[in-house]
Amino acid sequence: MFALPALRYDKMNKGTFKGGVHPYEGKELSMDKPTVKLLPGKELVYPMSQHIGAPSKPIVAVGDHVLMGQKIAEASGFVSVPISASVSGTVKDIKPTLTVSGSIVDAIYIENDEQYTPVEGLGEKRDYTKLSKQEIRDIVKEAGIVGMGGAGFPTFIKLTPKDENAIDYIIVNGSECEPYLTSDYRMMLEEGDKLVDGVRIILRLFDKAQGVIAIEDNKPKAIEHISELVKNEERIRVQVVRTKYPEGSERQLIKAVTGRKINSSMLPADAGCIVNNVDTVISIHMAVAESTPLMRRVVTVSGDAIVNPQNFNVKTGTKYSEVLEAAGGFKVKPEKLISGGTMMGMGLFDVNIPVTKTSSALLAFIKDPMLLVPEGPCIRCGRCVEACPENLIPQMMMEAAERFDDASFEAISGMECMECGSCTFVCPAGRKLTQSLKQTRRSILDNRKKK
Amino acid sequence: MKDLYNVSASPHVRSGVTTRSIMRDVAIALIPASAFGVYQFGFKAFLVLLTSIASACLCEFLWKRFVVKKSTPYECSALVTGLLLGMNLPASVPLWIPIVGSAFAILVVKEMFGGLGQNFMNPALGARCFLLICFAGRMTAFAVEQSGSHFMNGAASIDGLSSATPLAVIKNLEAGQSISANVSLADMFFGFTGGVIGETSTLAILLGAVYLLAKKIISLRIPVAYIATFAVFVYIFGGHAFESDGFCYLACELCGGGLMLGAWFMATDYVTSPITKGGQIVFGILLGLLTGIIRVCGNSAEGVSYAIIFCNLLVPFIEKFTMPRAFGVVKKKKGGAAK
Repeated sequence: MFALPALRYDKMNKGTFKGGVHPYEGKELSMDKPTVKLLPGKELVYPMSQHIGAPSKPIVAVGDHVLMGQKIAEASGFVSVPISASVSGTVKDIKPTLTVSGSIVDAIYIENDEQYTPVEGLGEKRDYTKLSKQEIRDIVKEAGIVGMGGAGFPTFIKLTPKDENAIDYIIVNGSECEPYLTSDYRMMLEEGDKLVDGVRIILRLFDKAQGVIAIEDNKPKAIEHISELVKNEERIRVQVVRTKYPEGSERQLIKAVTGRKINSSMLPADAGCIVNNVDTVISIHMAVAESTPLMRRVVTVSGDAIVNPQNFNVKTGTKYSEVLEAAGGFKVKPEKLISGGTMMGMGLFDVNIPVTKTSSALLAFIKDPMLLVPEGPCIRCGRCVEACPENLIPQMMMEAAERFDDASFEAISGMECMECGSCTFVCPAGRKLTQSLKQTRRSILDNRKKK
Repeated sequence: MKDLYNVSASPHVRSGVTTRSIMRDVAIALIPASAFGVYQFGFKAFLVLLTSIASACLCEFLWKRFVVKKSTPYECSALVTGLLLGMNLPASVPLWIPIVGSAFAILVVKEMFGGLGQNFMNPALGARCFLLICFAGRMTAFAVEQSGSHFMNGAASIDGLSSATPLAVIKNLEAGQSISANVSLADMFFGFTGGVIGETSTLAILLGAVYLLAKKIISLRIPVAYIATFAVFVYIFGGHAFESDGFCYLACELCGGGLMLGAWFMATDYVTSPITKGGQIVFGILLGLLTGIIRVCGNSAEGVSYAIIFCNLLVPFIEKFTMPRAFGVVKKKKGGAAK
């Protein structure tokens, strides 16, 4: 058409998907403030279930002295990972504890001796080009790395597909489509070199793959910065994707980057893709190149009730209440506290809950917007249909859910729902579609297990 | 227990659009057409609209007060139903007609079937068709008295208006008579013709439609499928295709009658149109065919109202056959289990 100036990334070709919504982003609250490193208080709590799969098994006993970076729990099955201590100190207790999801699981309590004595070899530089593929996978497994976008799926399993030659895309999910969250954005700006190095490490496992760092177009600085870092990389490029929720959902991101579509019963590897979150890839770099297991987490503290919204580099096991204090606490007592983003995060009723590998944010809101609109009858406006990124009919699914008609629910592909929350977000009648679909999906899954 | 917060399942945010804001926007979009109706037909038209809205709102209030007995949020939907019904009545009707119509629309078509969201056909059109059947004479008396207090202004512009609508004029033309000589296309577009209060001005209706599209209240799927199908149908089967004024005939058919009001405001009614995207296109095409058949083959020059309420009844079937395939799900193999 007409000559465009040479670009390091393709500005015109923005990947996207059908459907989706545009909630208020609220990222400006915290996006321009540097991440602050936060040292924990006296007591740290390590729940044994910080990932999808079997809970880890403690390998320390009450009274033991542990060092920073020391493994305190081991994997208890195939889909399971170890957990490392993020401080040095004494094991005080191992007891059932409340976690973010509301479930009660065993947790190791460690009293911080504030010496931060590292375990032997922690932080040692390692030349990963000399490591075999299996060695890299083992390091990732031992480091306890899980998907840090929220789901917490063990990363070493993702990196071990059935056929590694079938993988042609390693996608780094830098879209961060959840409102208010800026931790991945800050990481891309502050630790971009580690991110790119993490991609290089993953690419060593997959000879035929190219690395794609996907970033939403509302983060021009990150796009610019990462593009600069990868300009000499033959196998890594930046892909700009359209700002839209849920662009960061695995299936939607794969569609945006590659044009391939997978359904709920397929794995990204079926489409030749492996998708990892920004923080996960940085953790892979830390583990493989710097001999550091996963024991920190960048958490966004934001929302209109927070005095000083910003990002914190937190040691896992630190309590939310300490992170909250570091952000200046509440302006006024909020109505709602959320762990994670506003679209898929979990409501908290208490701040005495530990930060885990999958905690991405702590948000506090003065008003709970879900209480502002009373629930009215469905007017069949079709907004949920327009919004659904999975091309479903949430309205009919909810009708089926309300009559406990599991057969109809499944017949209209209800199980393809990923509970992204778009339908509830757009519903003008204030109906709680996602919530109802979530419940029905759970009960159907439970019934399948019983059979 | 001092630190307890609200806990609910995600998501924790909502968009600002509510049922009430949608109804308000639809009412705003109807203002140009109804204002033009009042300008053209005078104070009598205003009274008809007002009576229709007031009685619709009153019926809904009474039903909720004495039958539902639960306080429900007020959605302004009765206001839109009342306004649409009023716009579908000739200005010359006695005022008990809009009252009977509103009562039928709200009580029989809407509330008896479960209220907002549950009605099986468009309440305003259901009531209009009920009135057409019961009081055919009064409902088709488009003749406008040119004396008396009914006219505030604008009387001059409708001088020479016959009791028949332009579409009736075209339908009853004798062979050889030219269309363009008997109706003025410009008058039809701007609305200086006979008809019900809200349907005459294509321009005013399109203004409202643009507002609805801009506000994303409606999509183009139903109206465009409807109007395009109808245009093709009447052009081919209308019998004027090979005459010199074939396009004039087509334009008259598009501007005349309730087509524009029906396509943009009635067929797009959320409750009574398919929720699937494919279904909306099928719905529009069926409407176009049916309206064309009624106008070309039927006795009446009109057909929009009947076409819409008839297609309303087909909505569950249309939805059943136009269920979209979920993201990433491949077509089922023959005999394969649903997965």
